[in-house]
Amino acid sequence: MSSSILPLTLDNVAYASNGQRIIAGVSLSIEAGPSTVILGANGAGKSVLMRLMHGLLRPTAGRVRWSEADPASLRRRQAMVFQRPVMLRRSALANVVYALQLAGVPSGEREAQARAALDEVGLRHLAQRPARVLSGGEQQRLALARAWALHPEVLFLDEPTANLDPSAAREIETVIKAFDAAGTKIVMATHNLGQARRLGDEVIYLQAGRVLERAPIEQFFARPATAEAAAFVKGELPWV
Amino acid sequence: MFQLDAELWRIVLLSLEVSLSAVLLATLLGLPLGAALAVKRFPGRRGAIVTLNALMGLPPVVVGLLVYLLLSRAGPLGELGLLFTPGAMIIAQTILILPIIAALARQALEDAWREYEEQLRSLGAQGMQAALTLLWDARFSLITAVLAGLGRASAEVGAVMIVGGNIDGVTRVMTTAIALETSKGDLPLALGLGFVLIAIVLVLNAGAQLVKEAAQRRFG
Repeated sequence: MSSSILPLTLDNVAYASNGQRIIAGVSLSIEAGPSTVILGANGAGKSVLMRLMHGLLRPTAGRVRWSEADPASLRRRQAMVFQRPVMLRRSALANVVYALQLAGVPSGEREAQARAALDEVGLRHLAQRPARVLSGGEQQRLALARAWALHPEVLFLDEPTANLDPSAAREIETVIKAFDAAGTKIVMATHNLGQARRLGDEVIYLQAGRVLERAPIEQFFARPATAEAAAFVKGELPWV
Repeated sequence: MFQLDAELWRIVLLSLEVSLSAVLLATLLGLPLGAALAVKRFPGRRGAIVTLNALMGLPPVVVGLLVYLLLSRAGPLGELGLLFTPGAMIIAQTILILPIIAALARQALEDAWREYEEQLRSLGAQGMQAALTLLWDARFSLITAVLAGLGRASAEVGAVMIVGGNIDGVTRVMTTAIALETSKGDLPLALGLGFVLIAIVLVLNAGAQLVKEAAQRRFG
């Protein structure tokens, strides 16, 4: 694999939909290494910001730049796991194989790689089960296996445990740590402060479509620089 | 009421042959068309969808007339010599039900696309590949679209009457036979044919429904 696709640079990025401004002029740089947690209340723009980074949305102003120019190569080297996983009507294994096929993996190697990814998330025994009848937690682990098989340089996670019970959420967090240990850059949106502490190295705090604060995780929780972030950390909604 | 003799069988089989061929052709053309309209964004898309929906209500006799003009000796396709053959009936029914299958498929696929779009784009599926994935994944909801087409094809009389001519032993199908027997006053035979027609449609629909339900239980 050639040089890294990181850093990712956002240059005064704005996004509006139906005349409503959701992201208002965000400039930041995402470097390889520390796991980045995007914190903010519901409606702060976390999901939209991640979709702009991942290329699912086009900014209405500003630029999103990676250090890799070729769009196809860029697509293959990043993955995203959504709040609600979308599984195809086929087996768990076939869902992972499908992702490998799209990534251009030769057909003879797909199944072995897909099985290895299922092993990684503890779904080996459910490989032949139709993906859409799996439980929510199992589907989310399958989504992570699908991402794992691709060996992405960057993994975006949009509230990956928001719909899950605590034990399923812990299993997801274990897999996310494994990604981190394997050298994948984690960019995760969450409003779960405990999860942010367990998984994050640095925090980007978002409010009303703006980055109010960016700090190492310990510093953010111990000494938030802005009153809004301090209020959020205390569990209060800053604007009420 | 009537005897299930050789002639009757021939009529039933020809009806099935014509309608099922038309359904097959209209499905092959209509599903990609519906998928393209569901997934692609282009200028005039809304107009195309409205037109397609409106064409679902095409009057069979008008389709029959247009195909008649196309295939008649003096028409642009007259040289093919298809008029008053089962081939002409298949063409007319295909045109009649293509909008039904395409429009209903478009609706089902658009709903599926809303769910899948971000995930598929994230995985790098584009254009044709995304459309094929969508068609395959929505295959059980598409059964409904195909069945609606089959229902329309097997029930219509106007188009096959005009382009087929209701020729005994050549282009006589159940609906045209019913129309003829009714006008001749042979109501028992007409009624009998009617029951056969309803029974066939019922069996096909029940079978498709069972397949759909079993598949949904199995695949979620």
